[in-house]
Amino acid sequence: MKSSVIIFPGSNCDRDMDVALKKFGFQNQMIWHNDIKIPKSDLIVLPGGFSYGDYLRCGSIAGKSKIIKSVIDFANSGGLVLGICNGFQILTETGLLPGILLQNKYLNFICKNVFVKIKNKENKYFKKIKKEVLELHIAHNEGNYFCSKDELKSIEDNGQIAVTYCDHEGNDDEKNNPNGALKNIAGIFNKDKNILGMMPHPERMIDPFLSGEDGSLFFENLIESL
Amino acid sequence: MVEVNEKIAIEHGLKRDEYKKICDLLKRTPNITELGIFSAMWNEHCSYKSSRRHLKKLHTKGNQVIQGPGENAGVVDIDDDDAIVFKIESHNHPSYIEPYQGAATGVGGIMRDVFTMGARPIANLNSIHFGSPDHEKTRNLLRGVVKGIGGYGNCIGVPTIAGQTCFDESYNGNILVNAMTLGLVNKNKIFYSKAAGINKPVIYVGSKTGRDGIHGASMASAIFDDKIEEKKPTVQVGDPFTEKLLLEACLELMADRSIISIQDMGAAGLTSSSIEMASKGDLGIEIDLTKVPCREENMTPYEIMLSESQERMLIVLEEGKENEAKKIFDKWNLDFAVIGKTTNSKNIELFFKNEKVAEIPIDFLAENAPMYDRKWIKAKLPKENKFSKDQFKSLKINDCLKKVLIDPNIADKEWIWDQYDHTVMGDTIQKPGGNAGVVRVHGTNKAVAAAVDSSATYCHAHPLTGGKQVVCESWRNMISVGAKPIAITNCLNFGNPEKEKNMGEFVECVEGITEASKYLNYPVVSGNVSFYNETKDRGIKPTPSIGGIGLLSDYKKMMTMELKNEGNYLLVVGKTEGHLDQSVFARNILSEFNGPPPEVNLFNEKQNGMSILNLRNKNLIETCHDVSLGGILTALSKMIIKSGKGVRLFSLEGLVNKFEFFFGEDQGRYIIEIKPENLKNVENILKKDSIHFDKLGLVEGDKISLENDLKLSIDDIKEGYKNWLKEYMVN
Repeated sequence: MKSSVIIFPGSNCDRDMDVALKKFGFQNQMIWHNDIKIPKSDLIVLPGGFSYGDYLRCGSIAGKSKIIKSVIDFANSGGLVLGICNGFQILTETGLLPGILLQNKYLNFICKNVFVKIKNKENKYFKKIKKEVLELHIAHNEGNYFCSKDELKSIEDNGQIAVTYCDHEGNDDEKNNPNGALKNIAGIFNKDKNILGMMPHPERMIDPFLSGEDGSLFFENLIESL
Repeated sequence: MVEVNEKIAIEHGLKRDEYKKICDLLKRTPNITELGIFSAMWNEHCSYKSSRRHLKKLHTKGNQVIQGPGENAGVVDIDDDDAIVFKIESHNHPSYIEPYQGAATGVGGIMRDVFTMGARPIANLNSIHFGSPDHEKTRNLLRGVVKGIGGYGNCIGVPTIAGQTCFDESYNGNILVNAMTLGLVNKNKIFYSKAAGINKPVIYVGSKTGRDGIHGASMASAIFDDKIEEKKPTVQVGDPFTEKLLLEACLELMADRSIISIQDMGAAGLTSSSIEMASKGDLGIEIDLTKVPCREENMTPYEIMLSESQERMLIVLEEGKENEAKKIFDKWNLDFAVIGKTTNSKNIELFFKNEKVAEIPIDFLAENAPMYDRKWIKAKLPKENKFSKDQFKSLKINDCLKKVLIDPNIADKEWIWDQYDHTVMGDTIQKPGGNAGVVRVHGTNKAVAAAVDSSATYCHAHPLTGGKQVVCESWRNMISVGAKPIAITNCLNFGNPEKEKNMGEFVECVEGITEASKYLNYPVVSGNVSFYNETKDRGIKPTPSIGGIGLLSDYKKMMTMELKNEGNYLLVVGKTEGHLDQSVFARNILSEFNGPPPEVNLFNEKQNGMSILNLRNKNLIETCHDVSLGGILTALSKMIIKSGKGVRLFSLEGLVNKFEFFFGEDQGRYIIEIKPENLKNVENILKKDSIHFDKLGLVEGDKISLENDLKLSIDDIKEGYKNWLKEYMVN
């Protein structure tokens, strides 16, 4: 399986993603933002970080970068596109995913472990994961998901909510909402479920000496499902 | 052009006799640009004129030391061709004036010092000191500093793995922000600041030069007064995005051999970087200031030379490599300009619009900079307090413990480190809140531990003991995570060196640091000095911050402080005498602020530490935590809170005063957790090594208890400890 991680100036989780993808069997390649073409890939990843310094708005300049047209074409042809953290923000800026990520409710950067509940397994990202609740890690200042009422209805109706913040038992109520996200949303799909944007970083949870191992489940499923 | 005279020189922070010395050396009156350069190079911050003769005494050598003090950062060998580059630096004055930018650029500056040497930064740490929580400025300063540290470090993508936060009213008018960075480098590919060869191109890379930060280094060498707000324009503004690009571009350029020397433009910007490179290479340097990329129009040579705009580097390149190098910086969208060359004149010569605007022999600025042997007085060891039985009569351990745990210097700091990305780079195996932060050396079995410590209370009570104690505490932090202590970096924050008492504190703390680091073979490889931390005649308590690093050759052997299993034994290694003077207990419960700090016994310190490492290597210890502020019960409570497991304490026979035993702050102690089947073996080893230990209790249940004296549920001790800072910040 071939994957491509796009590096924007200011990306800083690109190496971590590269390490994780390779660990679980992907042949990964790093693609520079000024390139126009992306080599043949089964998966494109937009990594976390502060692309273009997050100037203007998080992800907005990356959403207009040279490479992004190829990403959009790939996604529109059904290719798998995964955006983590800043990558999620970029995907909303391109319009590939609905909504936007606002500054966290309490205005602080948050770096900690959280639990997320898998809301939809009818897709390649979560299909074979046996657990219902994963322990992942967040590190962001703008992870407060927001969209209009109509958009919310549409993403709910289409099963586009991928993961929601919850406690270890899966209660995804306001008490377990770290950043104020609408409906505790931590990640969403597009309608066809080939595009996933999520705030938590599975690539930081891939061995027992790190914050946890549930990220491994995510990547193991991904390579198996592809 | 401005006519230079004594009055203008004094406005530049120079002393009357220093100005006279400049005129004598030059045999003429300097012009304003030259005066600016002298004032920048001769201020305390750049010249170390009060501290130099004392810093020479520091213990700086060791088998693993590749580079000691004097470079951008220190370098130590961690085997297999890997080396760690690290340093701590202060950004105190700017952070008080403008906390966000002051702290942010402090982090940016120290990271540049590290990647200038060819190392990729792998961890950040910080030590921050604020005034009393009751002081009107403290909350906002804390908020701003934490945001600034996070804002910069998070963006670059380097994890902030540990730190230390203290509150004391002596910092009401002078907070301390000390930032530390560790970088990883191949030991055969280290870059230095010493220039070599003449006619080599001098390259400017990074951000453009603006009018920000002009005279920042001079401001850092001044005392604050009522007009402090006016100094805001001297605080630099950081752009972590540019720094990230600069980091990647520099490391890319360093992959080949075209760089002869490289130096970041930190304090005193282009002035100090160009002069340092030339001075170390015993060369001259010629710069055409017209070629310096400027952000603002009509900048004068004076402004260009003294700007402290951030994210800039000066590079001396091999001839003919300019185009290749430029390509890399173009790729990263950074300015790249050939602004001059090295010469054999041994002078710094500056040109602007085809006119020579300054010419100064380099050695006037470096070697001939003033050096003072300031007067100082020796501190006396304060008399011990004799506490009477009556003072303890009405006290309950339960209440005392709860009170100690919400002391601002003990209470949990999660509110702070939750705002720092501590997991990016995917190698953080011990997060903030433990004995030390630990990161793996990427792709190997090794890991590096790091921590920052300071003990201003002890240093204030007796500087010599305090200096020793901080080094020992740092050493203990390394041992507690199972790392072999390697080396330290020190940030020496003190008051006004022109006052004999403050100078004495400095001299004796340095002496203490030296004694301990020599004995423990824990050398100082880098650091900086920050004097003049004084507002309206009130100086800070002497605060040397010690950043220590240690090596785990097998990261799987790392220890944490969480209690592991029900039924395991807890021992205190090291002797508990019950020293209450200068302890948190004495201050908070007995309202006693005088007395000597706990004695430091270097022999025991070393024996106890080595013994813990030995037991760990034999897989006989499950958990380890050093005993520091607040004594045994505080240490134990933290272990309980972190793990959610309770402890039943044994009643100790022949104990005269339980409060002294449980809250005393004697040094050289660790609490360790042992499996029942290993207990005999551990006891025998400790006895054989003549190491004192006490059997403390068992991991058991869901509370902390001691017969009739103490019974508190985990939630009881957790609540105040966990919430103090959070509640303080929302109020």
